[in-house]
Amino acid sequence: MRAQIAQRTLRTDRWWLPPLATFVGLLLISIYAAVRTFMGDYYWVDEYRYLTPMYSPCLSEECLPAAAHFGRPLPELPGFLTPPVVIIPFLLGFRVTCYYYRKAYYRAAWMSPPACAVAEPHAKYTGETRFPLIAQNLHRYFFYAASLLLLINIYDAGYAFSTGVGLGNLVLLANVGLLAAYTLSCHSCRHIVGGQLKHFSKHPVRYWAWTQISKLNAKHMQLAWASLIFVCVTDLYVALVASGTISDLRFVN
Amino acid sequence: MPELERHSFDVLVIGAGGAGLRAAIEAREHGMRTAVLCKSLFGKAHTVMAEGGIAAAMGNVNSNDSWQVHFRDTMRGGKFLNNWRMAELHAREAPDRVWELETYGALFDRTKDGRISQRNFGGHEYPRLAHVGDRTGLELIRSLQQKVVSLQQDDFAETGDYESRLKVFQEFTVTDLVLDDGRVAGAFGYWRESGRFVLFEAPAVVLATGGIGKSFKVTSNSWEYTGDGHALALRAGASLINMEFVQFHPTGMVWPPSVKGILVTESVRGDGGVLRNSDGKRFMFDYIPEVFKDKYADNEAEADRWYADPEHNRRPPELLPRDEVARAINSEVKAGRGSEHGGVFLDVSTRLPAEEITRRLPSMHHQFKELADVDITAQPMEVGPTCHYVMGGVQVDPDTGASSVPGLFAAGEVSGGMHGSNRLGGNSLSDLLVFGRRAGAGASGYVSELSARPVCSSEAVAEAERVAVAPFSGSDEGGENPYTLHMELQQAMNDLVGIIRKAEEMDQAIKRLDELKRRAATLVVEGHRQFNPGWHLALDLRNMLVVSECVAKAALMRTESRGGHTRDDYPQMEADWRRKLLVCRLPGADGPGASVEVVEEPQIPIRSDLLELFEHAELQKYLTADELEG
Amino acid sequence: MGYQGHFRVWRGSDQGGGLEDFTVEVNEGEVVLDVIHRLQATQTPDLAVRWNCKAGKCGSCSAEINGKPRLLCMTRMSVFAEDETVTVTPMRTFPVIRDLVTDVSYNYRKAREIPSFKPPAGVAPGEYRMQQVDVERSQEFRKCIECFLCNNTCHVIRDHEENKESFAGPRFLMRVAELEMHPLDEADRVAQAQSSHGLGLCNITKCCSDVCPEHIKITDNALIPMKERVADQRYDPIVWLGNKLFRRS
Repeated sequence: MRAQIAQRTLRTDRWWLPPLATFVGLLLISIYAAVRTFMGDYYWVDEYRYLTPMYSPCLSEECLPAAAHFGRPLPELPGFLTPPVVIIPFLLGFRVTCYYYRKAYYRAAWMSPPACAVAEPHAKYTGETRFPLIAQNLHRYFFYAASLLLLINIYDAGYAFSTGVGLGNLVLLANVGLLAAYTLSCHSCRHIVGGQLKHFSKHPVRYWAWTQISKLNAKHMQLAWASLIFVCVTDLYVALVASGTISDLRFVN
Repeated sequence: MPELERHSFDVLVIGAGGAGLRAAIEAREHGMRTAVLCKSLFGKAHTVMAEGGIAAAMGNVNSNDSWQVHFRDTMRGGKFLNNWRMAELHAREAPDRVWELETYGALFDRTKDGRISQRNFGGHEYPRLAHVGDRTGLELIRSLQQKVVSLQQDDFAETGDYESRLKVFQEFTVTDLVLDDGRVAGAFGYWRESGRFVLFEAPAVVLATGGIGKSFKVTSNSWEYTGDGHALALRAGASLINMEFVQFHPTGMVWPPSVKGILVTESVRGDGGVLRNSDGKRFMFDYIPEVFKDKYADNEAEADRWYADPEHNRRPPELLPRDEVARAINSEVKAGRGSEHGGVFLDVSTRLPAEEITRRLPSMHHQFKELADVDITAQPMEVGPTCHYVMGGVQVDPDTGASSVPGLFAAGEVSGGMHGSNRLGGNSLSDLLVFGRRAGAGASGYVSELSARPVCSSEAVAEAERVAVAPFSGSDEGGENPYTLHMELQQAMNDLVGIIRKAEEMDQAIKRLDELKRRAATLVVEGHRQFNPGWHLALDLRNMLVVSECVAKAALMRTESRGGHTRDDYPQMEADWRRKLLVCRLPGADGPGASVEVVEEPQIPIRSDLLELFEHAELQKYLTADELEG
Repeated sequence: MGYQGHFRVWRGSDQGGGLEDFTVEVNEGEVVLDVIHRLQATQTPDLAVRWNCKAGKCGSCSAEINGKPRLLCMTRMSVFAEDETVTVTPMRTFPVIRDLVTDVSYNYRKAREIPSFKPPAGVAPGEYRMQQVDVERSQEFRKCIECFLCNNTCHVIRDHEENKESFAGPRFLMRVAELEMHPLDEADRVAQAQSSHGLGLCNITKCCSDVCPEHIKITDNALIPMKERVADQRYDPIVWLGNKLFRRS
């Protein structure tokens, strides 16, 4: 028999605040991303060759030809679907199966548990042992896909420099920097780079890489948020310039 | 007694620290059905507090090291009072015992070529302490604990029962040994939680109960250290030796009050930490005794060079044996050059980069940060002497750990002789392993040669039970509170039989102890036997009192200063005294007014080939002219 | 310096119990355990509490303070306001014995279920060679003082008693990781981590890491690397497909 304590928790601090903040943050960003996805417009600034990362790569018939850096191999998408739906499953998959985000939404959205030492409301719990949550184990494949998309984003950011340098270039550059840091700091990446080894001493280069990734990995949460928010900022900037709401601040040309 | 729970085993090990677990492993491997009884949870024994390392002459860092050098250091540290055979066995076998731990899964810090790394420590000529950062005791206890589990898994595979051959009874206290015609027949005790009594029938008992520090006010020892094994042995008719030698560790925390006494590992000094007084002076240079002049640097420059080049420089005096450093700190504080809270400053922050400190001394960093709000990478620590270890203990046969009582064995801190008058840092953990194993084997050998098992008579059991419940029926008029009595005992021992001793004070201590003993007869405990800390303390007090009496009486008799025994009135070491052991016994064992008696007995002469390991000039400092000729 | 502090301590047994209020002296530099001891000495001589080293090294005095799993000896009174009521309760996940003392035998049971270190065949004692960089990961886990606060706070068993059967808890999943990363251990531990010790139940919400008094990064350094190793073996679709196609088991 456990000690009989009626209260769900005896914590006296504001334990509900971090999960609430996480929930609100994730919700706002989801709404923004959904709106922008289905807008299907203002993703390309032709003059300066800015492409928002949300639409990169743009692969289907409805893409503006100039924005489709890799051609348009896919036919026009049916109904209300827009170009990002091709790549979003991979981006979203990477974030959803990420070990940090899992912690965040298990706590904030599913309340399993809402905070440490606060009872969760569910009667049964099977963790990640069965479908669908067992699919969380596929994280590393999303990591591979996301790495590929990251390379494309880097190409986009570089390509934009071909017309000169403006604030938008710097925004795109910062965005890929943060995305790269987040992607590299991923736990799966840490495992593949060196964590899986039993004897570091026999693989000095991978060990060195592992120690570097480990340092980044310690900041995985911060990078997850920073990169997520900055993708939205980047997208918003491109959208505002593309729609003519603001004009890009140019340094060269 | 309908409620008496009974168990029968071949070997009973009392205590689950390093010595107890190693003994139990050995007994089980000899095929004995073995039980381990411990006051705390399994894996929490005081061994976890050991920080510095395990001394073993493996020669991994300096290949000049050998068991002979280790033996020499041990004898020097103990001022030649050590039982030479124990010191020899210890020095010879320690490396095997450490390597064995690796087969249990222990992970020591490594050298560049992948061997076990070894660090410098006070009194050891070469880097000799196998270590894991500064949590070596934890590694040792965990490795032994995991080996116990591993043996239990083997037994499970074979018999379907994890505990068929090796069982741990945790949170259990033994109050008395049960004898049959002078031989061990079993042990009697209670579950701490329920207060229920249990009789263990077993022909052999290994005492591995640790020390006696809880009789002193400022101590690094936990509540468990109440001298249970010492007292059980005395009452069973065994003798204790060297009880006057109590080691005060030079560096315990002095602030905040609630952690006063908690240890600051010697590795802080081994890794470069220095002691300073309130004038900022590195005062240890003023306290190098004559016998150590040629081994220790007399100036800061040479001392500092030693860390990088130990071959060509003498050691810094901060690494003198513990008794010397403790006395030096004591003198500085008495002379008014102490810190705010009555200690001196131990500083590593100006000696090593912060990163290095947190890597080498992680748990010290943690301990000061969390308990005292001091960052040792930026500030000095305040430290002072704390009662740490008793060199004295049950007189045993070096090879088997057997006491003079048939069936009674002892290993670890509860046994005496190995460390002489002063123990070197790092020699404790190796002692636990070497003699834990030997006692386990000794007990197994004894049991397998028995023709008939001794019997626990119902009278003896009834008597043990009567004594155990006595505090509940204490006379109403006395009505002594165990907490008060305990505090008075600690104060008396600390003030009157502490680091520096005088005849008058010890006379006074003996009178106080007499009075406390009388008052203890009228102890009253309220409530019932179910988890009752007051009752537990009342029973522990009985042990602490008898052991304290041994310490005080022996200390009064030894009219010289040596190792962990410093007499203000006899400041010199006398070669004649080296040949004498003070032996403590308890005649009339359990009579209410029984008093311990301490007698002089001759020390066993050192085997000649071992004597030859020393320079003649050095022996002259310790041995009498007679002995040198012989 | 000293002040009268308000304490609320859970008292009782497996038969029931509740929170009791006390006013007790608190002095500068004290920790919660000191105050509990003062209660024992002055007001409640039979208040049950488990403790030992008083220096955060043995992991005996685990309990919950203001609802948070903590060591009583490592919680300084200075973190509370003087007028704050300090609530001390036993660990929730384990059966209570009395007052603040719980029955932690679950942990010892789980410890036994993990196959022990398997020494390398043919390597004599004394011949073990390991590099420092190779032992460091396991060494971090061996800092564990077995206070069992991680197991206590883990919602998998804290909120779901029925999972105790199949879940070893963070402490012992970390033990599996420790052996798995031991440079000389010869057993394969990955499959068992998932099938016998319940690694899949962990949803990496990191409370174990949050409460660890030794600041071991249990989740990042032990649990997630184990999950990744399981993914290597079990959830690699290419390997899975290969096994299906070529009927390997």
